[in-house]
Amino acid sequence: MYRMRRWSARHAATLHWLYETVERGLVNVFPRLQQIGLQRVEKPLMWVEKPLKQFLFDSRSCGQCTLGSTGMSCPMNCPKTIRNGPCGGVRPGGKCEVKPDMDCVWVVAWEGTRQLKPEQRALHLVQPPLDARLKGKSAWLRAAEQKVRGVVS
Amino acid sequence: MNNPAGNHNTHDTRDTLPEQAFASGIAPDQADTALLDEPLAFDPLDYSKEPPPGYNLPILPNHVSPGRLERVLRAGKFAVTTEIAPPDSADPEEVYERARVFEGYVDAMNATDGSGAHCHMSSVGMCSLLTRKGYAMVMQVSCRDRNRIAIQGDVLGAAAMGVANIMCLSGDGVQAGDHPEAKPVFDLDCMSSLQIVRMMRDESRFLSGRRITSPPHVFLGAAANPFAPPHDYRPLRLAKKIEAGAQFVQTQYCYDVPMFRRYMAQVRELGLHEKVFILVGVGPLASAKTAEWIRNNVAGVHIPDSVITRLKGARHPKQEGIQLCVDIINEVKEIEGVHGVHIMAYRQEHSVPEIVARSGVLNGRVPWHPGLVPVK
Repeated sequence: MYRMRRWSARHAATLHWLYETVERGLVNVFPRLQQIGLQRVEKPLMWVEKPLKQFLFDSRSCGQCTLGSTGMSCPMNCPKTIRNGPCGGVRPGGKCEVKPDMDCVWVVAWEGTRQLKPEQRALHLVQPPLDARLKGKSAWLRAAEQKVRGVVS
Repeated sequence: MNNPAGNHNTHDTRDTLPEQAFASGIAPDQADTALLDEPLAFDPLDYSKEPPPGYNLPILPNHVSPGRLERVLRAGKFAVTTEIAPPDSADPEEVYERARVFEGYVDAMNATDGSGAHCHMSSVGMCSLLTRKGYAMVMQVSCRDRNRIAIQGDVLGAAAMGVANIMCLSGDGVQAGDHPEAKPVFDLDCMSSLQIVRMMRDESRFLSGRRITSPPHVFLGAAANPFAPPHDYRPLRLAKKIEAGAQFVQTQYCYDVPMFRRYMAQVRELGLHEKVFILVGVGPLASAKTAEWIRNNVAGVHIPDSVITRLKGARHPKQEGIQLCVDIINEVKEIEGVHGVHIMAYRQEHSVPEIVARSGVLNGRVPWHPGLVPVK
């Protein structure tokens, strides 16, 4: 929901904390999840993850969440799906070039980022291109897995 | 096409997965830390020593490309680039005709890639034709129409045809063009495509990790728009592009010099002017009406009221537009950290020589063009 999306960026600090808490929780129970089987866990986890993220961020379930690095503004709502925005077409007043009624996702991301503590800000990190195979998969599970395996998330 | 001088740099073969390389933000290109050349024993801009048109020049020490644009910039000269509009035609003569207009006045030409999301001859096609004549080309690569497989293939093809400069753009949205019903691709964005081309060049690998036997030696460019919101984030965005591999940037049209000054002050504060060559986008406006139309209809172009008032009050608006462009060039060239101008004169290409000549930015220098050095 567009209204919720804007609300989420205004409350980026709280939601960022919530996100980290969820991730920590998943990391803690990760050995148990592995015992059950990650593939088996993924579907029920998505029953929670998908509607929640859809409600709060208009998430498109790309499976590679960058919300933590983008001030809790989902870059997949950018009509150009730019994950390293904002593009040069942003209209005066911060409106989107393609959808003039919508605030630019990256203007919102910049607002959200400024709500965070300096050490939490990550807008400067270059995000890798999207892996199209992960669409619809659980980004939370993937993030927890990367943390456990020691890959930078 | 072979590089006759065969001066290839050795490349490190670091064993990193593509994902790790992204995560760590490795910048293997050390040439960026010092923008300008050490004094050379010869004049890098002495065109009489060049191989015949169509063959690449040797790559100078600390250079990444065999191109003249990198040579001009690293020699500390004020560079002039322009935009060549691809024709809606399959006739090569139309391409050559459009290029001839700029001869002797520009250091490189940008071949646009479906600019404004309109269909025209491809930038690869334009560059292939023009590099064979010896012109220095900047190939624009937009992420709107092609995915990572196509883009990487085009980069290799272009470099093989003698393209020495590649500019990575996200691209205008399809809604702006003549095929608004098209599927926008945007598999990559400008930032990730910069990183991928840099990886191809410096690590001789595709994004997949597969090896490239002879890497594309290209000078990497990006766009910057200092005039669009969020204004206070724009300098940081430039920093991110440099991090991703940009070695030169060409900006959106500058009609608001005070705003550009503020941007450059922030850029200098971050030390970015010592890491990237900045070419300011300029262009003549034909009339107050055109200016208003552009302001309202072209995404990302900021034209202040003062400019429109000046054109409205002019007896010869077209001449006034050219004079305005010359004035802006003369103002921005004095700003610390500006290394050149990029003149975009869509449908007014014939005015580019006049603008360059009247601004005096070349300072007597004559950029290479096919007739400059008689073929031996």
